[in-house]
Amino acid sequence: MFSKKDTSKVLLRDNVSPKVLQTKYDVRGEIYLAAVKRANEGKEVIYTNVGNPHALGEQPLTFNRQVLSLVMAPFLLNDPRVNSMYPSDAIARAREYLRHVKGGLGAYSDSRGNPYIRQEIADFIQRRDGVTASPDKIFVSNGASECVRMFLNCIIRGPNDGVMVPIPQYPLYSASIALYGGEMVGYYLDEDTTWSLDMDILRSSLAAARAKGITVRALVYINPGNPTGQCLNKENVENLLRFCHDNRMVLCADEVYQANIYTPKAFVSARKTLASMPEPYRSNTELVSFHSVSKGPFGECGLRGGYIEFHNIDDGFIDEMYKLASVNLSPNVTGQVALGLMVNPPRPGQPSHNQYQSEVRRCIESLKRRARRIVDAFNSMEGVSCQPTEGAMYSFPRIRLPRKFIERAKSLGKSPDVLYCLELLDETGLSCVPGSGFQQVPGTFHIRTTILPKEDKFDDIVGRFKSFHEGFIRRYGKPEPEAPRSRL
Amino acid sequence: MRRGRFLMKAMSLNLSTVNSHVKNAEYAVRGPILLAAQEIEERLKNDPGSLPFKRVLKCHIGNPQSLKQQPISFVRDVLTCVINPSMMERATFNPDVVERAKRYLEEIGSAGAYAESQGISAVRQEIADFHYQRDGYPADPRNIFLTNGASEGVKSFLQTIIRDPASGHRDAVLTPIPQYPLYSGTTAVLNGVLVPYYLNEEAGWTSTSKDLDAAYEGAVAEGVTPRALVVINPGNPTGQVMAEEVVREVAAWCRDRGVVLMADEVYQENVYKDGAKFTSFRKAAFDLDLFSGQDPLQMVSFHSVSKGFFGECGLRGGYYELLGIPDEVRMELYKLASMCLGSNTVGQIVTGVMVKPPQPGDASYEQYNRERSDILDSLKRRSLVMCEGLNSLTGVSCNVIEGAMYAFPTIRLPKKAVEAAKAAGKGPDTFYCLRLVHETGICVVPGSGFRQKEGTYHFRITILPPEDQIDEAVGLLRDFHEKFLNEYKD
Repeated sequence: MFSKKDTSKVLLRDNVSPKVLQTKYDVRGEIYLAAVKRANEGKEVIYTNVGNPHALGEQPLTFNRQVLSLVMAPFLLNDPRVNSMYPSDAIARAREYLRHVKGGLGAYSDSRGNPYIRQEIADFIQRRDGVTASPDKIFVSNGASECVRMFLNCIIRGPNDGVMVPIPQYPLYSASIALYGGEMVGYYLDEDTTWSLDMDILRSSLAAARAKGITVRALVYINPGNPTGQCLNKENVENLLRFCHDNRMVLCADEVYQANIYTPKAFVSARKTLASMPEPYRSNTELVSFHSVSKGPFGECGLRGGYIEFHNIDDGFIDEMYKLASVNLSPNVTGQVALGLMVNPPRPGQPSHNQYQSEVRRCIESLKRRARRIVDAFNSMEGVSCQPTEGAMYSFPRIRLPRKFIERAKSLGKSPDVLYCLELLDETGLSCVPGSGFQQVPGTFHIRTTILPKEDKFDDIVGRFKSFHEGFIRRYGKPEPEAPRSRL
Repeated sequence: MRRGRFLMKAMSLNLSTVNSHVKNAEYAVRGPILLAAQEIEERLKNDPGSLPFKRVLKCHIGNPQSLKQQPISFVRDVLTCVINPSMMERATFNPDVVERAKRYLEEIGSAGAYAESQGISAVRQEIADFHYQRDGYPADPRNIFLTNGASEGVKSFLQTIIRDPASGHRDAVLTPIPQYPLYSGTTAVLNGVLVPYYLNEEAGWTSTSKDLDAAYEGAVAEGVTPRALVVINPGNPTGQVMAEEVVREVAAWCRDRGVVLMADEVYQENVYKDGAKFTSFRKAAFDLDLFSGQDPLQMVSFHSVSKGFFGECGLRGGYYELLGIPDEVRMELYKLASMCLGSNTVGQIVTGVMVKPPQPGDASYEQYNRERSDILDSLKRRSLVMCEGLNSLTGVSCNVIEGAMYAFPTIRLPKKAVEAAKAAGKGPDTFYCLRLVHETGICVVPGSGFRQKEGTYHFRITILPPEDQIDEAVGLLRDFHEKFLNEYKD
């Protein structure tokens, strides 16, 4: 029987929900908090821990901010000078949104998102993939992360429901699965072959989970990969779709980096791949896909706009997601308009088209150059090996650590890569995320850095990584020889 | 698409395989009445003359700007400068607008950057200053979280305190009945227990510590652990503004019982009754010195840009402040906030402007103040029109709308109507509201969506129809009601 004298304070860490306690999200974990503390002491910090382009000086696309500012302040449209301050297509676009978004940015929209904007998204999917897409199967939310969380909340019924997640993975997935009390079923990517997918590994992960009594309900993959940066090909995606169909799982395609591609390989969407497959796969494989305004050349992280597209998903299930979305009333409307602008950019012939395309091109070319530079730099360091960054925004080098250092970490009760990152921060101001935050093959260590610092600072930053590592080797000795690797 | 020889397997994700806690949750604000309203809207769009009324009037949700309320100019000026900084040179904005926008931009760099997980620190400082100014007691920005609307903060907090029954606990949230169904819905999704405490309609929707005691003891007797008490002040749907003594009484009760106080104060700017005054729970708690001593009070207050006179629902700006909550618990909330990388920056900036508006002497002050009074005066007028109108209906009685944005009248339904409802498989108030939307286009929420005392029926209607439509709306309601009573009279 509960009685008040049992606790001196009602709410303590001890009686916080265990699910919350077991949730871990290191992208803003120990290193980041140490970095913030350091910044507050007036020391320099370079935040390379989050894919946050604008925070590192990336410029927003001009057209987007023009339209958004007009939708934000419609009175500007009545200003006689507006035609000289804004291009005509930005003005026209703003008027379109004001016509179709009742009450403008300040009114709650449909809980699933404004229908006009969801139609723009459907049109985008149709153009991109040559499929028929419907706005009824598209929900918008405050970022793709919120869509992911809502989806996982609906599918995880209890501790015996599992979700397959790549290792390494973006820890939204591991954290959300823990938060909703499910079981994370990891499948290792093969680092040496550019973090490739090995279907045998997936099969054995699934089998092991099932042997433990877990019902695996979904499989997540991230393409382009985060933190790993690989781009999948059509065969990979087909294999995943077939695998999910045959094992009665939903395929969850996290495609938020689809506009960050640095190789000649084109982006392969799950939706398009599925449409090209024969029956029974085409009509029976359950698929959800996620996209966001936060990445790509758009980089509008702070506006929080993302969507989920349901394909071959039961309507009853979608209704439950709708109900869950309703409790939040409405996704933020600014982010929704940003989504519309992302999926429906200025067309050829429109006044802003050329500038828009050249801004996009410049951004991607620059990211491509930075990706190459940092990967080459890591590969030139002793005991460091780094797979190419084919896409996304990160580099995820593997660092072989000297025995002395590993032991020091152990004695401090820290994961060795955490300690590496703390020392890196201390010496260089660089705030990265240790590989343990993404999970990795046991006995291996990685760090994740973004490729986002501006190009004119990039050489300096690469230099800092290099000189830190050289000093590190001098301090702690040469790294251990390659250990035989056991995956499972 | 020919399925041919290939058997359509049932989808692995379907209603029977969805998380049962999600399935069990209800949120009637966007339920069947709204669906009917949307269908009617479609019909009117395609064939405007097809029904005996010209439009659907959405009175089911506190969404002012969807019903022609204009945003506050200063807010949008600042936001447009933050979104498109080049405008500060090319258009003419008041100097206080530019100064404000520049201050925010200095910290965030761009509206497109993720801010810190708890939110922009300049805004959290503004909120702390606001609390100090409003209540006379300082606040620590470290205890403040900016969220996508207050609702998101409520969800995070409940998620942190409600432990899954599998861990051996049956955690409960004490909620006022009637209540805004965010609380019941979220508690259900989290597999917590909702313990009701009834607001007394005859006494202007108040509750006393006796009511709280009854609820608390009843819960404990059933082996349930009451973890938090939710109070909505001003009330939603009920509109009462709690007197200062009552606020103090409830705060003291929470301290004595060791229950976390969750103070939903999003309507604090919507006070219409002459003589009524909003008292924040944190002020009352500090006044009574509830945070000192062996067993201090633990509380969280919520506020939002969606209500008041800002009405910026779509921008999703809100915050919560923790008091008496240990730092180790705050770190858990920080972790949850980090997973989604924080709330949208536009919403955060509006929140800053809300708590730190133009001051007398500032260039934008006069216009700001005028817009503010126009909206609040209008809301007050409409609250009277709606309340009077409802009270003029036979068998309907509506308490004075002291604050917030709603009327929540009680309706006495004839026995025949109740029977007709049962025959149609619907709750009597849902039945009434469905008929209402079909015959007048007016969309409201049945009282069952908020819960109500057994055997009573209510509906919630907003006071938000624009001034040039509200009299007509009341007239339509009156005609419908009389017709309905006549149809089902004994």
